[in-house]
Amino acid sequence: MIAYIIRRTLYAIPILIGINFITFGLFFLVNTPDDMARMQLGVKRVTPEAIEKWKAERGYDKPLLYNAAESGRRFLTETIFFEKSVKLFVFDFGRAEDNRDIANEIRTRMGPSLALAVPVFLVGIAVNITFALGMAFFRATYLDLWGVILCVAMMSISSLFYIIGGQYLVSKLWHLVPISGYAEGTDAVKFLVLPVLIGVVGGIGAGSRWYRTLFLEEMGKDYVRTARAKGLAESAVMFRHVLQNAMIPILTGVVVVIPLLFMGSLITESFFGIPGLGSYTIDAIQAQDFAVVRAMVFIGSVLYILGLLLTDLSYTLVDPRVRLD
Amino acid sequence: MSAALELAGLRTTLDTPRGELRGVDGVDLAIARGECFALVGESGCGKSMTALSVLRLLPEAGRITGGSVRLGELDLLALPEAAMRTVRGRRVAMIFQEPSTALNPVLTVGRQVAEVIERHTSLRGAAVRARVLELLGAVGIPEPERRMHEYAFQLSGGLRQRAMIAGALAVDPEVLIADEPTTALDVTIQAQILELLAKLQRERGMALLLITHDLGIVAKMADRVAVMYAGEIVEVAPRAAFFRAPQHPYSQKLFAALPGAAQRAGPLAQIPGQVPPLTQAFAGCRFAERCELAFERCRREPPQPIALESGHEVRCHLRERERAAPRAAPAGEPAARAAAAARPLLEVRDLKVHFPIRRGVLRRTVGHVKAVDGVSLAVAEGRTLALVGESGSGKTTVGKAILQLLRPTAGSVRYAGEELTGLARAAMKRHRAAMQIVFQDPYASLNPRMRVADILAEGMRSLGVGATEAERARRIGALLEQVGLPADAQARYPHEFSGGQRQRVAIARALAVEPRLIVCDEPTSALDVSVQAQILNLLRALQERLGLAYLFITHNLAVVEYLAHEVAVMRGGQIVEQGPAGQVLGAPRHEYTRALLAAVPKVD
Amino acid sequence: MPVLLPTDALVWLLVAAVAAFAWYSSRRPHLAAPWARVLRSRAAVASAVVLGCFMLVGLLDSLHYRPALPAKDPGAPVAYSVEVRSALDALLTPLRTKLEKTYSAPLATRLYQKETVERPDGSTAREFPRLAHGGAHLKDEARWGRDVALRILAGLAGAVALWSLAVLAGRRTLARRWPRVPWSAAAAALGGLLALAGPAAMLAGGYHVLGTSQVGSDVLYQALKSIRTSLVIGTLTTLVLLPLGIVAGIAAGYFKGWVDDVIQYLYTTLNSIPGVLLIAASVLMVQVYVDTHPELFPTSAQRADFRLLALCAILGAVSWTGLARLLRGETLKLAELEYIQAAHAFGVSHSRVLGRHILPNVAHIVIISLVLDFSGLVLAEAVLSYVGVGVDPSTTSFGTMINAARLEMAREPMVWWSLAAAFFFMFALVLAANLFADAVRDGFDPRVRV
Repeated sequence: MIAYIIRRTLYAIPILIGINFITFGLFFLVNTPDDMARMQLGVKRVTPEAIEKWKAERGYDKPLLYNAAESGRRFLTETIFFEKSVKLFVFDFGRAEDNRDIANEIRTRMGPSLALAVPVFLVGIAVNITFALGMAFFRATYLDLWGVILCVAMMSISSLFYIIGGQYLVSKLWHLVPISGYAEGTDAVKFLVLPVLIGVVGGIGAGSRWYRTLFLEEMGKDYVRTARAKGLAESAVMFRHVLQNAMIPILTGVVVVIPLLFMGSLITESFFGIPGLGSYTIDAIQAQDFAVVRAMVFIGSVLYILGLLLTDLSYTLVDPRVRLD
Repeated sequence: MSAALELAGLRTTLDTPRGELRGVDGVDLAIARGECFALVGESGCGKSMTALSVLRLLPEAGRITGGSVRLGELDLLALPEAAMRTVRGRRVAMIFQEPSTALNPVLTVGRQVAEVIERHTSLRGAAVRARVLELLGAVGIPEPERRMHEYAFQLSGGLRQRAMIAGALAVDPEVLIADEPTTALDVTIQAQILELLAKLQRERGMALLLITHDLGIVAKMADRVAVMYAGEIVEVAPRAAFFRAPQHPYSQKLFAALPGAAQRAGPLAQIPGQVPPLTQAFAGCRFAERCELAFERCRREPPQPIALESGHEVRCHLRERERAAPRAAPAGEPAARAAAAARPLLEVRDLKVHFPIRRGVLRRTVGHVKAVDGVSLAVAEGRTLALVGESGSGKTTVGKAILQLLRPTAGSVRYAGEELTGLARAAMKRHRAAMQIVFQDPYASLNPRMRVADILAEGMRSLGVGATEAERARRIGALLEQVGLPADAQARYPHEFSGGQRQRVAIARALAVEPRLIVCDEPTSALDVSVQAQILNLLRALQERLGLAYLFITHNLAVVEYLAHEVAVMRGGQIVEQGPAGQVLGAPRHEYTRALLAAVPKVD
Repeated sequence: MPVLLPTDALVWLLVAAVAAFAWYSSRRPHLAAPWARVLRSRAAVASAVVLGCFMLVGLLDSLHYRPALPAKDPGAPVAYSVEVRSALDALLTPLRTKLEKTYSAPLATRLYQKETVERPDGSTAREFPRLAHGGAHLKDEARWGRDVALRILAGLAGAVALWSLAVLAGRRTLARRWPRVPWSAAAAALGGLLALAGPAAMLAGGYHVLGTSQVGSDVLYQALKSIRTSLVIGTLTTLVLLPLGIVAGIAAGYFKGWVDDVIQYLYTTLNSIPGVLLIAASVLMVQVYVDTHPELFPTSAQRADFRLLALCAILGAVSWTGLARLLRGETLKLAELEYIQAAHAFGVSHSRVLGRHILPNVAHIVIISLVLDFSGLVLAEAVLSYVGVGVDPSTTSFGTMINAARLEMAREPMVWWSLAAAFFFMFALVLAANLFADAVRDGFDPRVRV
C-alpha cells in the first residue's frame, strides 16, 4: 500500500512537469510578454517604455528559458520559466494584477468555495442515488420511463437557466432568501441554501440517469439471479447486492472530483456573489489576469492527480478484488 | 411414487426482436423425492428456461404462459411473489453453471451462505456462523474458518461451486435444481463436484433436477432421464432403459455422435441441419426436418407421448408399431490408424514461455509465470498430435508460441528443419502459409465486419497464394465446397451462420493458404455434440485427402481417442506423458494421466 | 460576391463527408443495420426532424456573401459592402432591418421604457412611445387582439395546408421506400414545428414575435442566428477531436509498449488540467493574438469567425482524451480476439489489421461518442460565452444572448423574453440531440443485440 502510494506520487511528477510545460507554452510562447503588455495597456497608443515598465513590474522582463547574461545557477533561475513556472511547484504563485498575493487570496477564498461545493456534492450524490435506485427498482414500468424522460429533459437545460430560474423564483418572486451575497459563520446558511439547491437540481438529470444505467447493468448479472434464487426480497437484492457492486463504478466518477471541490464552482459562485475560488477564477479570466489563471490551472491539476490517487485507494475499500501493490 | 416437483404442460415464452420465442412448449415431468432426474439437451432446447420457470426467475423478456408447477401440494405459478420468495432457497434451491459470476464478488463466501440461513430461519449471530462452518465443511471446503472470510475471487473454480452448493443447501431444500453445474469446470474437478452432489442428495433425500448436455454425466448420476428438443421433452426413461435402448431417433443420434476410441474406424454419425428456430409454429414433429427415418405423417401431425413399459415414454410416430433395437455394442478393437514412421514436420524442443511478474515502486520483475516450461514435441506429416490438458496447463500458449504469435522465452521451434524462433516479422512471413490455426470460439474468430469471401481471401492476398484475383475467387469457391458450405456463403457476413458453419469458415480460411500443419485450438469445445461430430468428421476427411498434420489442443479426451495418433498430456506448463494414442490412453503410466482418464464420465 | 468564411468551408466539407459516409454505410450491412434500428425508434425519427430543421437554418446561415452596394452612377464597377451577410439574413431581411430603439416585449406595440414625447398639441409627456415597426400597421391599438388572433389563425391555416401537402407527398415516396420507419412520429414532429413556425411567420410580418433586445434588434432573429453558432461548435469540434482521438486511442491499444506509455502520459497530463481552465487559458491567448494582430483580420466577421474556429479547435484539442481512452480500451480487447490473431497468423501487415479489422470494429464507439458529445458541446458554448471565453462578443450565440439578458435580471418588471427565447431554442436543440443520441447508442451498442 505504502509502496503503491509512493509509486503513484512518483508517477505524478512527470505529469506535473508536463502540465508545467503546457501552461508555460500557452502563456508565454503563443504570445510574447510584449503582446500581453500591449493587450493589457490597450493596443493603440502604447509606448515601448510603457511596455517595458509593465513587464518589469510583473517580472516578465527576463528571458524565457535561459539567461545568457547570467552564469551558474542564475543562468537558469533568472528566467521567466523558472520564476513563473518552476516556482509553481513550491506553491509560489506570485502576485495578481491588483498586487495581492495569490497564495494568500487562495487560502482565504477556499472556505466559501468548500461551504458551497461540499453540500452540493454530498446532497447531490444522495439524491441521485435515491432517484436512480427508484427508477431501477421500478424498471420497465411507466414510472421508470417517465423518470428517464424527465432526466433527459433536465439534462437538456443549460446550467445557466437553472441558476437564473432559481434566482428568479426563489429570491425574486417568493422572496425566500437573498438573491446573492455571502456572510461569514452561520449567516452563510441563508446565502447558501439556494445555490446548493440549484446545484443539486441541476445535476439530477445526468447523475440519476448515469447511476440508473450502472444499477441496471449490475442487475443483469448472474449473482443477482443467485440472490433472488435464495428467496431474498427485492429490496435486499437491491441494497445488499446491487448497490454494493454498483458503488465500484460510482466511486470512479465521484472520488476523483473530491479534491477539486476546493476549486469551487465557476458559474454558481459568480452568479451568487460568493467570494470563493470559482468566482476568483472567473474574475481573473474576465480581467485577463494571467498570473491568477496560471496558478489556478496548476492547483486544479494537482488536485485532479490527487483525486486519481484517492480513486485508486478507495477501490480497496469497496472492491475486495483490488489489492494495490 | 410421490412427486416432490411436478410440471404439467408448462409453457414459457421469451420476447426477442425476431418475435415470440416459445422456449418451453408444453413440458410435463415429475421428480420423486430422493430421485436424480436429468434433463438432457443441446444448447437452445429450453432446458435452462424450464429450470428458471420453476423458480419464476425468468429474465425480464420471459414469461410463463401456461401449465402448472406443483411443489407437493403447492401450485407455484399461483403463488403471489412474496410467498414465492419463501419457496425460493427454502424449499427449492438452484445452482448455476458459472460459479465465478454466480457469486457476488464483493461479499464474503460465508456472508453469502449466512444470508440464506438468516432469510429462512430464525437463527442469528453465532448460531448462523456455526451453521455456515458446518455447511462449508459438509461440501468439502478445507479450512472453513478461514475460507468463510474469503471472497469468490480468492477461491478456485471447484471451491466456488462448492460454496454455491453450500448456499443452496443451507436450509435443507426439498428440491435442488443444478443447471449445468460442472460445465465450466475441469474434468477432475467435475468428478469431485458430481460425487459431492450425489453424496449430499443421498444423505438428505432431496430431489435433484440435473440439467446437462453431457450424456456421460447422466450415466453417472441420473435415476431417470428426459431428453429435450426444441422446447419439448421427446423421451423420458429410467436410466438403464434409456442407455440400453434409446427410442427417439434424436436420442439415438446423440449417442452415435459421441466420439471415442470405438468410433475410430469411420466417421461419426451426425445430425444434418440445425435446431429449428423456436419462433416458428410447428405443424408436425419438430425433429422431422433432421430425421433420417421421417415419413409423411411426421411432417403433418405432431407425435404425442407414447408410453412404453415401466415409465419409458417417447414422442415418435415410429414407436406406435415397434421398439427400437438396443444400442449397438461398441465396435470391438479400435482400428489402429496407419502408423507409418513419417518424417517430422514440426519439432519443438525445450520451449519456454515465461511472463514477468512486476512489483514494487519501480515495477521490477520479481518472478515469472512459467506458462510453458520446457515443452518438447514433434508432429509428423499427415499425423495428429493431441495436446491434452486442463485449463491453465499452458496448452494454448504452446500453440501460439509455435506459430510465433507469442515470442517464446527460450527453446527452439523448427518447421521442416528451419528455426522459427527469433525470426523477424518479415522473415516469418515466408513460413506463415505452411502453418495455420483454427480457434475455439467460432463467434470471436471471424471478423463480423467482413464478408466470407474477404475473410478467405485475406490470407491468400497477404501471402501471395493465387496469382490473380480471379484465381483466388475460384479457389474460394472450391474451399467452400470442400468444407461443406453453399457457394452463396461468399457474399454473406459471419453473423448469418450458426456456430458449426462458422467453424467451417474458419477451417476454410486456414486451408486457403495451403498449409501443411494446422494448430486446432479446442475447435469443437464451444459446439454441441451433434455439430462437434460434423466438424470432427470434416477435419478427419481433410487430413486423409490433403495429408495435413494437426496439432490438436483439447481438454476433451473422447475427441482425443477418436482423432489422435499421438498424445501429449500437459500439466503446469510441462508435458507429463507422451506417446502413441493407444499406449497413453490405454495404459497410462503417469499418475495424472490416470486421474484424468478416470475422471471422465463414460456413457458405457 | 460570395464569401467563404473558414467555418463555412469546414461546415460544407463536413456535410460532404457525412453524405459520403451515409452512402458508404448504406452499402455495408454492419453499418446500415444499426442505422435502420435507430430509425425504427419513434423518438429518434421525431428528433431527427427537429434536428433537420435546425440544420437547415444553420446551413442557410453558412452561405455568406457581401452584398453589392447600390451603384452611385451607372457603369461604375460594382462595389461591395464590407458587411458579410448570409442567405438566412437575406431571407430574414425584414426581421434584420426593423430595428427599435431598445427593449420591447413580445408582440408589443409600445416600447418598454418611458420616453419624453411631443404630443401633437405641442405639449410633452413621459409615456411609452409607439414602436417604429412592431404593430405600426395598426391605426387603432385596440384592434391589437383581433389582429394577433387573425394572424395566428392564418398562420395555423398555412401550417395545416403545408403539413397536409408534406404528409401526402411523404406517403407516396418515403413511406413506400422505407416502410418500417415510424413516419407518424416524423409527421407529428413536423406538425408541431409548423404549428409554431406558421403563426410566428405571420406575426413576424407585423410584430416582434419574441420582442427586441437592448439595442432594439429582433430577438427571434437573434435566436435563429444563434443556431449556426451552436451547430458549428457542436460539429466542427469533431474535426479536431476525431483524428486525434482515433489515432491516439487505436495506436495505444494496438501497439502497446512505449507507444501506449507516451499516449497515456499525454492524455493523463491533458486530462489533469481542469477543462474549463484549459479552455479559458487557450481562448485568452487566442484573444491576445487576435487583438495584437489586427492586420490579419480585416473585417469584424473574419475576426469573429476566426475566434469561433479557434474555439472549436480548442474544444477539440481538450476533449479528444475521452474518445482516445474508450478506443484504447476497446482496441486492447479486440487485439486479443481470435480473428486478429488469425490475421497475424497470415502475416497481414499492421496497417491492414488496423484498417480492416480494428477500425471497422470500433466504428460504433466513434459514432456513439460523436452524437453524445454534440449536446454537451452546445451546452458548453453557452457557459463559456457567459464566462467570457466563448465566441466573440459580436457573434450571436445563445451564450451571448443569455449573458446580455442576465444584466437586465434586476430590472423591474423583468426583461424575460431574451432569456425565454434562448432557453426555448436551446432546450429544443439539446433535447432533440439527446433523444437522437440515445437512440443511436441503443442502435449501435452491441450489447443490446439479441
